[in-house]
Amino acid sequence: MSEGLFAVRGLSCMRGDKTLFAGLSLDLAPGEALHVRGPNGLGKTTLLRALCGLSRPMRGEIRWRGGKVSDLGEEFTAEVAYVGHLNGIQGDLTASENLRLASRIFTRRKQQGLGADAALERVGLRAQAERPARHLSQGQKRRLALARLLVLRRPLWVLDEPFTALDVTSVASLSSLIGEHMAGGGLALIVSHQAFDLPGIRDFELAHYCKVRK
Amino acid sequence: MTADLLGAMRAVFVRELLVFWRRSTEVMTALVFFVIVTTLFPLAIGPERRELMLVAPGVLWVAALLATTLSLNHLFASDYQDGSLEQMLMSPYPLSAMVFSKIAAHWVLTGLPLALLSPLLAIQMALPMKAIGTLVGSLLLGTPTLTLIGAVPAALTLGVRGGGVLVSLLVLPLYTPVLIFGAEAVAASAGQGFASVAHLSLLGAFLALALSFAPWASSAALRVSLD
Amino acid sequence: MGEFSSLACVTRLIKLIHKYGAPKRFYELAGTLVPWLAALTAVLMVVGLYLGLFWAPRDYQQGNAYRIMFVHVPNAWMSMMAYVAMAVFAAAGYIWNMRLADILAKVTAPLGASFTLTALVTGSLWGKPMWGTYWVWDARLTSELILFFLYVGYMALQASIDDARRAAHASAILAIVGAVNIPIIHYSVYWWHTLHQPASLTLTNQPKIYISMLIPLILMSLAFTLFYVTMLCVRARSEILWRERNADWVRKLVGSRT
Repeated sequence: MSEGLFAVRGLSCMRGDKTLFAGLSLDLAPGEALHVRGPNGLGKTTLLRALCGLSRPMRGEIRWRGGKVSDLGEEFTAEVAYVGHLNGIQGDLTASENLRLASRIFTRRKQQGLGADAALERVGLRAQAERPARHLSQGQKRRLALARLLVLRRPLWVLDEPFTALDVTSVASLSSLIGEHMAGGGLALIVSHQAFDLPGIRDFELAHYCKVRK
Repeated sequence: MTADLLGAMRAVFVRELLVFWRRSTEVMTALVFFVIVTTLFPLAIGPERRELMLVAPGVLWVAALLATTLSLNHLFASDYQDGSLEQMLMSPYPLSAMVFSKIAAHWVLTGLPLALLSPLLAIQMALPMKAIGTLVGSLLLGTPTLTLIGAVPAALTLGVRGGGVLVSLLVLPLYTPVLIFGAEAVAASAGQGFASVAHLSLLGAFLALALSFAPWASSAALRVSLD
Repeated sequence: MGEFSSLACVTRLIKLIHKYGAPKRFYELAGTLVPWLAALTAVLMVVGLYLGLFWAPRDYQQGNAYRIMFVHVPNAWMSMMAYVAMAVFAAAGYIWNMRLADILAKVTAPLGASFTLTALVTGSLWGKPMWGTYWVWDARLTSELILFFLYVGYMALQASIDDARRAAHASAILAIVGAVNIPIIHYSVYWWHTLHQPASLTLTNQPKIYISMLIPLILMSLAFTLFYVTMLCVRARSEILWRERNADWVRKLVGSRT
């Protein structure tokens, strides 16, 4: 297999003194998405956090555009958008302030994506733009976190349970958002227990890399 | 690139001011604490002006130091809880620059008002007029150092059991040099009115050292805490 | 100067650790070393104490009271050395992800804290005949006290984080920040002390030290250094067993003994 734009070789991660998975390898080319699957407690979140550089893996190598992620530093994180369990939304700022500041703090001028208003429009939060984010519902906060993906315009999306608290129509529109991202040459890594419909997405069973436990 | 970085740092600064401003109670806590602690001392020691004057530099400085320590918990905690800090790690700019902006904004909202308010409390503590300028100067030089040093333990104790108390335990020994020279500067100018320049310039040296070291150390600490 | 040579010692030690980096190998190596180290420590301690208590002459000013110096000074010296060692181990563990260095840093902390506490207690006992009171804000005692707080903070941070790796890395940063600060704290306290008590006697400021006092002092310093190394090995061994309790070799080891 040739090395993808994003390539992982021999990755091992631990939680506490327990090895979660070892020898994990994967490749991702532009326009590809991976659905990481496995039961609870296997280390899916740990894997995603290691892949986007938030935590140091015990062993192994993560490569982006041929260079080691540990050497690239900000050159790599500048190309990854991460939506984790936490939304990363500051409750005392309004929805549009959250996005506007995010675009100024997290993007270089050349890489800016959609404007705050357009992004809010796209996730259906136009009417909530000027409300403090803490007054939004769980689902609305989640949509606001996902709107940040549009504002940042980064090639690699790492999404940890992005569909939590979303209703059926929002799930569909988020899937189509990811589809557009892939069509534009973007990459995506998704962990989700909820079913979603996304043509062309590959399954990745994390259990293959975990030791069988008694 | 540099313009972008400065823009991002300014955006972090503005964001901090906005958030802190909307939660004005948190800003006020440290200040009110400073006022109350210095007011309690005359009640405990007695209203004798000569005695008050003797302990005034120490009392004012210890109160300022404790107030700063108290405010450290607000530096990263809420951004840690809502995931904003995680996002900040994914910035295209060095984390230490972002952290520096956060610390600067935090000082503007806690240390600066504290220094500006201190003359009032100095009068209350019977500190001679000629020492008040030194007091404000020493606090202006000293409190940013306290906030910078304190950012490291504040980052290390994120999400840790009993984090709030732990921060004070970790930070107070590190504060001793600033306390010694800060209080000494005020005492010197309250007494003979000389030698305080030397203390102030040492405080300035500590500030320079903390400026070069603390943002880097606290961003390393944040990475560990978010690992 | 002394600090630099000790730093060189510690870096040499780090290289050795790299060689015996696997906790299992260290466990075995330390196991064979401990009896020898312990014996050597005991011999040095007995000889040093004998020479210090019976051979060294009475001090013409302090009488026999000064003899507590043979315990106080080595402990004060070790309290600083242990902090340097702890910071270097911690930094090595943090930078190179070496688990053994994490363990060595962690088990050094309580040892260093007890050296500091012993130095404080013996210092204040020595202070009673000298100053007529158990506690004086002497420069050396004050900076020992602050050092003690630094150790306590380090141990509290270690204890409050469950994940071993995060605990090690977080406390490593604290140890490094502390190590940068210690010289500043030390000189600030000395300066503060001279400003407020210019004429007072300090503990180790002997008018004249005789060779017959110096020899036991050196022997006792060596004894306490070896004591530290011995205890480091013993404590690191039990820490390794605990951390590797799920590993096959530990299970086999424990199984073979029961």
